[in-house]
Amino acid sequence: MNRVVITGMGIYSCIGKNLEEVKNSLYEGKSGIKIDEERIPFGYRSPLTGMVERPNLKNDLSRRQRVSLGEEGEYAFVATLEALKNAKIDQDYIDANEVGIIYGNDSTAQSVIESIDTIREKKDTTLVGSGAIFKGMNSTVTMNLSTIFKLTGVNFTISAACASGSHAIGMAYQLIKSGLQECVICGGAQEINKLAMGSFDGLGVFSSNLEHPEQASKPFDISRDGLVPSGGGATLILESYDSAIKRGAHILGEIIGYGFSSNGEHISTPNVEGPSKAMLKAIKQANINPSDIAYVNAHATSTPVGDANEAKAIVNVFGENGPYVSSTKSMTGHECWMAGASEVIYSMLMMQHDFIAPNINLTQPDEAASKLNLVSKTIDKKFDVFLSNSFGFGGTNSALIIKK
Amino acid sequence: MDKEVIIEKINDFLIDEFEVEPDDIAPEANLKDTLELDSLDFVDLVVAVESNFGVKLVGEDFVNVKTLQDFYNLIENKLS
Repeated sequence: MNRVVITGMGIYSCIGKNLEEVKNSLYEGKSGIKIDEERIPFGYRSPLTGMVERPNLKNDLSRRQRVSLGEEGEYAFVATLEALKNAKIDQDYIDANEVGIIYGNDSTAQSVIESIDTIREKKDTTLVGSGAIFKGMNSTVTMNLSTIFKLTGVNFTISAACASGSHAIGMAYQLIKSGLQECVICGGAQEINKLAMGSFDGLGVFSSNLEHPEQASKPFDISRDGLVPSGGGATLILESYDSAIKRGAHILGEIIGYGFSSNGEHISTPNVEGPSKAMLKAIKQANINPSDIAYVNAHATSTPVGDANEAKAIVNVFGENGPYVSSTKSMTGHECWMAGASEVIYSMLMMQHDFIAPNINLTQPDEAASKLNLVSKTIDKKFDVFLSNSFGFGGTNSALIIKK
Repeated sequence: MDKEVIIEKINDFLIDEFEVEPDDIAPEANLKDTLELDSLDFVDLVVAVESNFGVKLVGEDFVNVKTLQDFYNLIENKLS
């Protein structure tokens, strides 16, 4: 079995458009949540969202490449450019070696809706243009990035709701660990637009704290009133240890455990057993004790039932007052398909720079969360091992353990 | 529509939307080779023609279109 290491990272999120900006926001406990005015007349219950501007890629990509790339693909492209640069992997290396891609994505709502609107209006499918099909498929990110970067290894998309990004890293880890791949680009992307999140808003699970958008996302707090949707792109470069050593890469961390499970119960209400099982599987695979884990980046989205059940699961696995716990969604909102990848990057940045980012907006934990060692203010602390949780609709769970 | 206007409109969207180099624009230029338009670009040409001239082209319209001049003629005939 190969050891699997992380040699590059790239991020484009509502708390920063690159690693440096994001690291600073995490340290400062800065929120990226805003109000999207367009959502109110559109019919949303809550117009709160993480916001990041669409990148201008005219100088980076040809017209042919751009017309096939939707919003989530643009975010993934920018994050991947940074990750490859961070890993010191250039096109010559990619041309000479088999590099693959596995990315988490679970919607292309805007691309699909806009092209169907065009067909309805024009009554002619040709008039949607040549890029519509490539923007509208769920595999749009891997489809586009594999051709842009001329990748010749594994190439597919993971759709697993809000655990998509985490499972993408987990699958890339498994392929490298088993020797089937040497280097895989992986991550998660999430579109941010009013067409993508309407049906989620319709469930009534979004926060409506419009007076203080930056305080709307408050995971584990007793007064939380729902999550805030968000998005962007997050990319990691995973390699076998041997591959990284051979090319003299700087090793940022090592993935040592990937646990997964399915709740087998309700489509949207999470339980305690499934997440507990995923964490325990990851810990067993990592061959460490729970007490070796210094920090847990919680999935906690700021919904009453979800946060409480995760808190119980963490106590199940680690006992009361175990590792430091925070949910970075308090700053970023819920980055959905991207979250599992971005939150590994957030945790990696903390581990690299010796701090634990806060669970902002935490005034009073609820009963279940009061048994956790929650971090409400930034802590300066060196640590070597963290666990990142990601859960999704349908009861899909993923837990990743990474060490320095 | 005046022939010069048709040519100007076509040249404009080839340069602006299809990012064809202005220096490559010439009546004898081959659409596929010189202008580097591939099969997918021809779909987008149909879209551009519809939005600029209100004319819907189909695949058969391009059978005898090799050069930019052929393309100008096609649109002129469609509009006449």
